[in-house]
Amino acid sequence: MTQRPLRILIVDENAVRAAILEEGLRVAGNGADGEAPEVHHIREMANLLARIGAVDPDVILIDLENPSRDTLEQMFQVSRLARRPIAMFVDKSDSASVQAAIDAGVSAYVVDGLRKERVKSILDVTISRFHAFDRLQCELQQAKSALEDRKIVEQAKAILMRQRGCSEDDAYVLLRRTAMNQNRKIAELARSLVAAAALLRTGVEHD
Amino acid sequence: MTERIVAAFVPLVDCAVLVAAREHGFAAEAGLDLVLVKEPSWASLRDHLSLGHVDCAHALAPLPVALTLGVGHVHVDCVAPFVLGRGGNAVTVSKRLFEEMQGATSFTDPLETGRALAAVARRRVPPLTFGMVFPFSNHNYDLRYWLAAAGLHPDRDVRLVAIPPPLMVDSLRAGLVDGFCVGSPWNSLAVAQGLGSIVVTQSQLFPRAAEKVLALRRAFADREHFVRLLQALDAAAAWADEPANHSVLASYLARPAYLDVPEEIIAAVLGGRLRFGVGAEMHDPDYLYFHRHAANAPREADGLWAYAQMVRWGQLAPSERAEKAAANVFGSALYRASVPWASLEITAPAPPFDHVAFPPADVPAYLRQFEMQTPFAVAHSA
Repeated sequence: MTQRPLRILIVDENAVRAAILEEGLRVAGNGADGEAPEVHHIREMANLLARIGAVDPDVILIDLENPSRDTLEQMFQVSRLARRPIAMFVDKSDSASVQAAIDAGVSAYVVDGLRKERVKSILDVTISRFHAFDRLQCELQQAKSALEDRKIVEQAKAILMRQRGCSEDDAYVLLRRTAMNQNRKIAELARSLVAAAALLRTGVEHD
Repeated sequence: MTERIVAAFVPLVDCAVLVAAREHGFAAEAGLDLVLVKEPSWASLRDHLSLGHVDCAHALAPLPVALTLGVGHVHVDCVAPFVLGRGGNAVTVSKRLFEEMQGATSFTDPLETGRALAAVARRRVPPLTFGMVFPFSNHNYDLRYWLAAAGLHPDRDVRLVAIPPPLMVDSLRAGLVDGFCVGSPWNSLAVAQGLGSIVVTQSQLFPRAAEKVLALRRAFADREHFVRLLQALDAAAAWADEPANHSVLASYLARPAYLDVPEEIIAAVLGGRLRFGVGAEMHDPDYLYFHRHAANAPREADGLWAYAQMVRWGQLAPSERAEKAAANVFGSALYRASVPWASLEITAPAPPFDHVAFPPADVPAYLRQFEMQTPFAVAHSA
């Protein structure tokens, strides 16, 4: 019997996360013999069993929240043609790693007979890549809100300069001092100032 | 001090008692901050329950039995100390399938309806596909039982696929399934959208069946706050069962955080009003209920019935140990200790549609009478 490379299937509608995971698995998912696994990705949830059957994977990785999991688990139970993958929980050999996977939002299905160390190394890579994706999302969000904060502070400064006839530096000092006195963030204060100014402006227009 | 209890749920009308407990103040009165977490699938709910990410869950009655027996998943001892709802499921078929069945049945007797379906199913290549919600669900077992009673083998003559309840209607629309067995309000929604017809209800097949339960891990069942939770749920269930409260209850359930389905569809379900078969409105006050007929009391027979279905369809090899463990999941000790004032007396329900009684004391004899089965060894051979 010719040995084929290990086949890993990622079922994920999120293309970015799947790409991050795929890359990680190609680099780090090697077996003891140094052989790289084959990594496949399914993004479309329709006709899942036929698609999975075509890949015939050894390991299936899927987002814990994916609603298709009910469909998958039942198919694995009744399908007699394909090798039957089982949820990783069924093997209780490494409960810490299972817990870590669930915390990261990963669920995995593994066909019987796969060496435990091999599954664990795949799972570890998946967990760290899922976390990396979350961090990326988080940083993106932070960068976006930092940019928004800067914009709103600029607007608030402009309002103060206009209303008080002061310099940009003075306007900023005034903002910062007031924020400190009220124990608020500068951006937060700036946001309410801009909102108030908008309200007042509307009021004037209606007069 | 208010204590926090986190409960997972899947969007269905029978999460009403939990929603009422939170939204109508029953939990707060009991000193509880009941937090409800919506789950996208039963697999996800099961994982969060079994790993302790939530304290308890709105669960399919067979789910804590499967977990306790370690079927299809890791073994986690569970208890079901409170029944959250009885009934509420139905089978809906596509417009096309309904039309093909129409000449052969008046849709009033589930046996006759089943035979009309069987006649169509035998002509169909590829075989008809039916959706149900989870391998360990009454939906799976009711559908299998009903098909088998009509002479269709559920593992050979049709295809069954598991689909989470909120996706069921879209699966019918997309033509991925020819029909499905699902809980409320998803059948009514399919009818309202003109996609299919309801042809049989759980209340016709197995009157007063325990459909959803509160499931907890046994290791944590003795926590004091569960006594207060059960008391809050008892009050909430009594309130939810009262027709005068149905419009308020429907307005809670309709919210995006819960079902996100039009209020009037939910209100009709709560009132037991369904557009059935050829379009006539059926009115069955016990279609889905929350409190009357001692609904909330767990009964060992409910656990044993689930065990029997698991054995019949090869999910589990029969054993006395498993049978006993399944009955224990539905032990009533915690319920009786928490709500000692509740009456456990019930009038006998109507018999099942095929008049085959379920004898909790002799499950093996019950199983022997069914010719159509899938033995465990067959189900688990590759």
